Amino acid sequence: MFETLSKSLKTGIVTTGYPDTPAEVSQHARGKPQVDWAGWKDARPAAAVCPTAAIELRDESGVRTATLDLGKCIYCGLCADADPAIRMTHERALAACSRQNLRQTARYRLNADGTQQQLLAAPAAPDATPESLETVGRQLRERIQAVLGRSLHIREVDAGSCNGCEVEIHGLNSPVYDIERFGIHFVASPRHADMLLVTGPVTRNMELALRKTYDATPDPRLVVAVGACGCSGGLFGRNYATCGTVDAVIPVDLYIPGCPPHPLVILEGLLRLLGQLKERR
Amino acid sequence: MNRSDVSSELQPILDEVTGRFEGRIESWLAPRLNEVYFHARMELVSGFCAHLFRKWGGRLVSVFADDARAGAGVFHLYYVMALDAAHGFFILRVPVPPETPEFLSLTDAMPAVNWQEREIQDLFGLKLLNHPNPRRCALHDDWPEVYPLRKDFDLRTVLPPFQGVRHKFRTVEGEGVFQVPVGPVHAGIIEPGHFLFSVAGEPVLYLQLRMFYVHKGTEKLFESIPIPHGVRLAESISGDSSFAHATAFCHAVERAAGVEPPPRARALRTVCLELERLYNHIADVGAICTDVAFVTANMHAMRLKERILRVNEQLTGNRLLRGMACVGGVRFDFNANQLHDLRQLVNELEREFKDLIQLTSSNSGLLDRLEGTGVLTPKVARDLGVVGIAGRASGFDHDLRRDFPHAFYDQVQFTVPVFTDGDVQCRFDVRRDEVIQSFAILRQTMEKLPAGPLAVPVGEVPPDRVALGYVEGWRGEIFHWIHTAPGNRLARCKVKDPSLQNWPALCEAILGNIIPDFPVVNKSFNLSYSGTDR
Ligand code: SF4
Repeated sequence: MFETLSKSLKTGIVTTGYPDTPAEVSQHARGKPQVDWAGWKDARPAAAVCPTAAIELRDESGVRTATLDLGKCIYCGLCADADPAIRMTHERALAACSRQNLRQTARYRLNADGTQQQLLAAPAAPDATPESLETVGRQLRERIQAVLGRSLHIREVDAGSCNGCEVEIHGLNSPVYDIERFGIHFVASPRHADMLLVTGPVTRNMELALRKTYDATPDPRLVVAVGACGCSGGLFGRNYATCGTVDAVIPVDLYIPGCPPHPLVILEGLLRLLGQLKERR
Repeated sequence: MNRSDVSSELQPILDEVTGRFEGRIESWLAPRLNEVYFHARMELVSGFCAHLFRKWGGRLVSVFADDARAGAGVFHLYYVMALDAAHGFFILRVPVPPETPEFLSLTDAMPAVNWQEREIQDLFGLKLLNHPNPRRCALHDDWPEVYPLRKDFDLRTVLPPFQGVRHKFRTVEGEGVFQVPVGPVHAGIIEPGHFLFSVAGEPVLYLQLRMFYVHKGTEKLFESIPIPHGVRLAESISGDSSFAHATAFCHAVERAAGVEPPPRARALRTVCLELERLYNHIADVGAICTDVAFVTANMHAMRLKERILRVNEQLTGNRLLRGMACVGGVRFDFNANQLHDLRQLVNELEREFKDLIQLTSSNSGLLDRLEGTGVLTPKVARDLGVVGIAGRASGFDHDLRRDFPHAFYDQVQFTVPVFTDGDVQCRFDVRRDEVIQSFAILRQTMEKLPAGPLAVPVGEVPPDRVALGYVEGWRGEIFHWIHTAPGNRLARCKVKDPSLQNWPALCEAILGNIIPDFPVVNKSFNLSYSGTDR
């Protein structure tokens, strides 16, 4: 007993200062790929090496529509290896309330050889994403606070993940991220939950279980799709054994990209959804 | 008869086996010094495996099928025997004609292959003969009659939605016997699976498992993507073993291509494999403590795990070591600063881990709960072919790092802890000792870190080659077997995670224990659902 106490005292506080201090970012972390849209000469090599088709091209009558989908991206950096116009940043992709907000789309006029001649339309301003999330976050916060007060109970549902997302969600309960300090608890039953945190491309064998879990969760309920698989099917997509995405099965309020998402990204998404972040600032 | 070289250790076994089965082995060939293929008819399977087991201590580590109808006109079944003492693999290949899609079960003699045989039946539509329990395993009972791993089945086939037809569990009856169903959605942050306990009073009489809830067509998917994309898919077979699975996959491709990664790459692979082992073992030590209500220890363990995940990110850009593996070597080098961080991590962890173990060993409540709980006897473990941590806690003295040195393991010294009581405490102790060995491996690897390139270029892998890749992951032995196709693609990728082998052992270990002890027994195995179901 004495040893246990003394070890705890010696260890001191290990909890991250986030959100009062900004999230710490490693200088070696592989975050979002950043495309030099105006200088992009040929998107095809990057699209060919991308394992998830997060870089998608559609060529039609001399015009190419190129989309970078952060909901699909697994942040492997292979595109940046193949294409000088793409650079991997350390910045983590953040959660969004609609799938569309995770996509960046540009249009190009093409040369005869399939290279890009000229940028016709650049992606919408990147800061549009957090703004729209704030709005939805505000509405949700009002709803949550009206009904739930300040605490939030989460039921985690693995609907076919590789367990990578679970490793990081688990991390939220560690003393380092300590999610309980925000009044957020993981609970054992959907009947006690306000929110479902769902991972995986939803396997055919889990579809019914996910629906039943959703039905068992009292209204108003929130659904958060976690990870590339939950958001977009990731590497698996839709196949004979999967439904493809969480939102193919139940309605989703928030998409948290990453493979797996960093615990701070999950935390950030949840807090933004709760509107707490702003309040504390 | 094909001739080729085999290692000097395998040669006498090869001579004896070819002599003994003269006329019944149609041909053999050794694409690698430690990997020999025998072609024969189905009738030889049980005799061949039994002989290798009895005379040469062979272990049947993987059984799988390959739809070779397009090329060879038949399905092929493969039986992979590991000859640990001779450091080699003997692989028996037998044909199954499409007109009579049937094969003989070995389960009665070798219960270890039960699930693997049923998986072949489900995914290839080859009917099992003489199997004691030939019910569905990989595909749930409501699945239509489809055989996803046949070549004429399209990956993107849309099947009618799951109707929820209940699996017919065996009934357990008697006075005072009742059933406790759990899952598939569990109470904690864990993967889905269905457990049905039959209990009389407190003790568990019988446990039945229903797995494959997270089957996501992974093996089929491998057949539809170029080999380099396969590395990323391998990282997503079991997230907590991302690097081990990706490396086993790369190992298979490198062996098929006939290339060897450069020394520095092999050393960095060993570093990453040990980091993966460390974060998982330390997390499990903590989680076992939580399951018997010693939460403080788990808080320390989670703190250490987070520390390792951050160093993983420092070193490879990703906390789960994703993106690091590539065919031919590794993608990222470690500079002097990073190596300094790694050295510091090892020193710090060593100190902290000692404190953590000190905390656990001074807690008598912990000892009470772990000792004698969830016993898996060496005999049962052997029968079920249990591997990895759970195996070594029940007398199984095998570790691919020592017996089939891959990566940099032939350059470092370490011991393989083996215990024989087979209880939760032993599985705890295996982890504890392996963590300490990991520190030694990491230190030696950093000391000897060779200079030089990170990868050898591997061009397009020629079609129609077969190769077995292997890695001792933290959970146990991982095998990836590939059959290459034209255009740098795969005709087949068979993934064998140790979890598939070990799940049935959980059902044995829990017998006679009480349900409240199930979480800690389960945690002490800590098997991957996704690795099993794929
Ligand atoms: S980082 Fe990887 S997954 Fe993301 S766009 Fe680039 S290649 Fe595709």
